[in-house]
Amino acid sequence: MFMHLAKPMNVTAQSSLKAAPLKILNVSRRGFIGGGTGLAFTLALAACAPAKTENAGETTGETTAVLPDNSAVASGPLVFISIAADGRTQITNPRSEMGQQVITTVAQMIADELDVDWDDLVIEQAVADAKYGDQNTDGSTSVRNHFTRFRTAGATMRQMLTQAAANRWGVDISECSNELGIIKHISGKTLTYGDVAQDASELDVPAEDTVILKSRKEWRYIGKDKPSYTIPKVIRGEGIYGIDVRLPDMLYAVVARPPTVFGKVKTFDDSAALAVPGVTKVIKMPEIKGNAAAFQQLGGVAVIAVDTWAAIQGRAALDITWDAGPNSIYDSETYGQELRAMARKQGTVKLNRGDVEAVMKTAAKKVTAEYYASHLSQSPMEPPAATAQWIDGKVECWSCTQHPQAARSTVASICEVPESDVKVNVTLLGGGFGRKSKPDYIVEAALIAREAGAPVKVTWTREDDVRHGYFHSVSAQHMQAALDEDGKPVAMLHRTAFPSINSTFGPSDQGSDFELSLGATDAPWNVPNMRVEVGKAKAHVRIGWLRSVANVYHAFANQSFAAEMAHAAGKDKKDYLLDLIGPDRNIDLSKDGVTYPNYGASIETHPVNTARLKAVLNKAASMAKWGRDVPKGHGLGIAVHRSFLSYVATAIEVAVDSEGKITFPGIWVCVDAGTVVNPANTKVQMEGGTLYGLSNALYGEITAKDGVIVQGNFPDWRVMRISEAPHNVEVHVMESDAPPGGVGEPGTPPAAPALANAIFAATGQRLRSLPMLGQNDRLTLAEEG
Amino acid sequence: MAISLKINGKNETVTAAEGTPLLWVLRDHLGLTGTKFGCGVAQCGACTVHVDGSPIRACITAYEDVEGSDVTTIEAVSGKVADAIRGAWEELAVPQCGYCQAGQIMSAINLLETNTSPTNDDIDDAMDGNICRCATYVRIRAAIKDAAKNL
Repeated sequence: MFMHLAKPMNVTAQSSLKAAPLKILNVSRRGFIGGGTGLAFTLALAACAPAKTENAGETTGETTAVLPDNSAVASGPLVFISIAADGRTQITNPRSEMGQQVITTVAQMIADELDVDWDDLVIEQAVADAKYGDQNTDGSTSVRNHFTRFRTAGATMRQMLTQAAANRWGVDISECSNELGIIKHISGKTLTYGDVAQDASELDVPAEDTVILKSRKEWRYIGKDKPSYTIPKVIRGEGIYGIDVRLPDMLYAVVARPPTVFGKVKTFDDSAALAVPGVTKVIKMPEIKGNAAAFQQLGGVAVIAVDTWAAIQGRAALDITWDAGPNSIYDSETYGQELRAMARKQGTVKLNRGDVEAVMKTAAKKVTAEYYASHLSQSPMEPPAATAQWIDGKVECWSCTQHPQAARSTVASICEVPESDVKVNVTLLGGGFGRKSKPDYIVEAALIAREAGAPVKVTWTREDDVRHGYFHSVSAQHMQAALDEDGKPVAMLHRTAFPSINSTFGPSDQGSDFELSLGATDAPWNVPNMRVEVGKAKAHVRIGWLRSVANVYHAFANQSFAAEMAHAAGKDKKDYLLDLIGPDRNIDLSKDGVTYPNYGASIETHPVNTARLKAVLNKAASMAKWGRDVPKGHGLGIAVHRSFLSYVATAIEVAVDSEGKITFPGIWVCVDAGTVVNPANTKVQMEGGTLYGLSNALYGEITAKDGVIVQGNFPDWRVMRISEAPHNVEVHVMESDAPPGGVGEPGTPPAAPALANAIFAATGQRLRSLPMLGQNDRLTLAEEG
Repeated sequence: MAISLKINGKNETVTAAEGTPLLWVLRDHLGLTGTKFGCGVAQCGACTVHVDGSPIRACITAYEDVEGSDVTTIEAVSGKVADAIRGAWEELAVPQCGYCQAGQIMSAINLLETNTSPTNDDIDDAMDGNICRCATYVRIRAAIKDAAKNL
C-alpha cells in the first residue's frame, strides 16, 4: 500500500500504522506493525528500532512483538512507552530537544518508574499529536509541568506488566516485585517485561489514582547524573537537525521577506533570478492575513533551486519593489526616547500597597534610576529551517520546532487542510531560546512545497534570522525609592514600559499581566508602600519570547536598583538585599491587587517563598566569599531572582582594567529548582543561562531604522565568543524535596544585574542601559554614571 | 561545472555552479550534513572542515578551489587527536544543542595537532572564530586541556 510518509533517512520519526517505506535519503524508516484493533495501548516495538533517536541507517528490519499503534487512543500515559518481546523498551519523547537534554531527562522520569535497564532504552521522537498532551517546549516546563505525568506513565506500564505476570502465575500482584525489566514472584519465579508484554496489552489501563509511584528513596535514575543521549551523536556529526533533513528529489528555497513587518511586494522582476544557474522557480508568497502576524508567513518572494546556494544567489538577483507599510515609521532610537519618557509618567497600576505618593513626599532620602534594554534576537546557531512534502493533498513536515502542535495547526489553517492531513516530524533543534516556538518557517515550507510540486527545504540565512525575527522586547523602566533616616526603604515605585508579546497575536498597546508577572509584580520586596505600573507601548516589529522573557529586563532593573538603594543607604549590597526581601514567608500577591499567573502553576505547590530566595543568595555569596577584599579594579556584584518557579542567585567578580576592558575572575551561581531530575545537566544549564544573559547584557543590540532591522549577521549582531567568556563558572544545585521548578531559563535573569553591580563595585560607574558594550571592546566609563 | 573532489578519502564528482561554497556541496550535493551552516560569512565557524589537514570555513570556500585537496569533515575526522577531543567532549558534556560542535571539534583538533599543550590564550586564539550560542565555552576550554593531557 502506498502511503504519503516518506522518511528522510537521518531522522527517525514515529510512523503510523502500516506505513510503507519509500526511497529515503537520510531519515531511517521504521514502522509499527499492525495487529488487531481496539487494544489499550501499543506494546509493540517493531522492525527493530535503531539504538537511539536521530539515527541513520541502523534499521535491521526484524519484527519482534506485534501490536497495533495507539493513534486511536486518547492522550494517556501509555502513549510514551512500548515494550518489545526481547525486552527492549521504547520511550517516545514528546518534548523538543534543543540542548537542554530533555530526551535524557524525559527518559529518566519514565524509565525510573517503569524500572528498566537504562541500556535497554530506545528513544524515539514524537510527531506533533495532541495525544501526547502538551508538547510546547517553552517556559522551562518539561520537568516542572510533566514530572508526575511522565512518572505515572512509567509506573502504569510497570503495574500492568506486573499484573500480567501475576495473572500468568495465578498469584496476587502483591506477591510480585520488579527490578530492571524483570518481574519476580516471592517463590523465586521470574518473567521479563518482554515475556508478558503481549498479555499486558490486553489488560485495562488502571486508573491513575490506583497507580503507585516510587518513593523518593527508591529512585534509580531521577536525581542522578545520567549522561546525555544526544552528545555521542553530536560529536560525530550524526545529530540531525531541522536544517539537515533530506528527501528524494528535494529542492531548496530561501525567501526574500518584506524588510518591514506588514510590508508587501509591490512589484517584482524575477528574470535575473531565473537566469541564475540552478534556480528552478520563483513564487510570490501569500501575504499576512489580518492585523496580527502571529505564526503566519511574512510574505515576500521565494526562490526555489537545486541547492541552497543557488537559491541564495537567485534571491540576490531578484528585483523587488516593496510597499513598506505601516511599520516603516519605526526608528528604534526615537522610540527608545519615547519609551523612557513614557516610563517616567504614571501608567496603569498593577500592584498597589500602602500609599507610595504620600511617603515619597516626606522621605528622608530618595533614590531614582532609569533602566533601558534593547531589542534582542534569540539567534540560535541553527537558523530556522523546515522541509515539507505534499502527497495526495496531505503535507508532511520536518523541522526544528519547539511547538510541534502549533506548527501542525498553523500549517493546517493557512494551507486550508484538516489537521489530520498535516504531519509534523520533530528533529533536533540547534538551539531554540524561544525563536523556534513560532512555526512561521514551517508554514513557509508547506506553502512553497505545494507550489513547487516537490519536497522543499526552506533555510533561513543568518541575515533572515536576525532581520525577520520575533524580537525580545525593548524596555524602559523608571524606579524610585524612599529611604528613611537609617537607609531602610519605606516606599518603592517601579514603572515599566515595553511592547508586549501580545501585540504579535492581536491589538495591544501595553505590557500584559503575564509579562509583568515575570519579575515586576512578583518582586519580593518587603516594603510597606509599593506600586508597579505599566506604560503604553506599541510594537512595530514582531515581539516574541526569548530565554526567560520579561524577567531579563525586570530583574535587571529590580536587582540593579536594590544595589543602588544599598549604595545610597551606605550598606552592604548583599545584607541590604536580604533585608529588602525581609522575613521568611510565602508572598501573597493577591492582597496587593496583582493578577499573578505564577508560570501556570498553583501558588500552593509553588509559592513565592522568601526563605528559598534568601538561601540561594546566601549560598552564592558564600561561594564568592562575599565581603572579601578584592584587587584594585575588581568588583563583586550579586543578584537573586525567582523565575519559572526556581530561585537563582548569581555572584560575579569582574576585573575592569584601566582601559575599560572587562574580564571575569569568577562567577558563582546557586540554584534551587526544587526536585532536580539531572543535577549535572542542571549545572550545565546554569552555566549556559548565565553566559547567555551576559552575552546579551554586554553586546546584544537590535535596532531599527525606517522599520528595517539594522543588524544582519555576526558581528553586527554581536554574541559572546570564547575569548570574552569567563574561565570558571561554579554552580551549586540546592538539595530540595520541593516540586520541580524550571531549569533552562532561570539562570539568565540574575546575570545582567549581577554584572552591572560588579562593574559598579569595580569602577563606581552604574550602567543602566543595555547593552553595556555593544560593538565596543571596552567600557567608555565616563559616559555613564 | 563538474569537479572531482576527494572528501573523507572518497573521490566524488560534483556538478554545481561555479563558485558554489564547499559547505553547500557537502550538505546539499553529498548529504554530509554534519558540517553546519551558521552565518555564511566566515564569522561563526560552524562550517569548519579540514582541507589538507588545515581548518577552513567551508561557507566561503568555492568548491572548485579544493579540487585536488583532501577534505575531511566531522563525519570522518579520526586519529589520536580526534579521539582525545571526542573523548573529552563526551566526558565533560561539552555540547548542549550541539549544532556548532562539529565546527568546534574541527577547530580544536587542529589546535592540538599543532600545539600539544595550549595555554588559555592559545585556546582562545584558536577557538575565537567558533561561536556557541549555548555558550559552552567554559567546558570547551576545559575539554581541550583534558584532551591535551590524554594525548
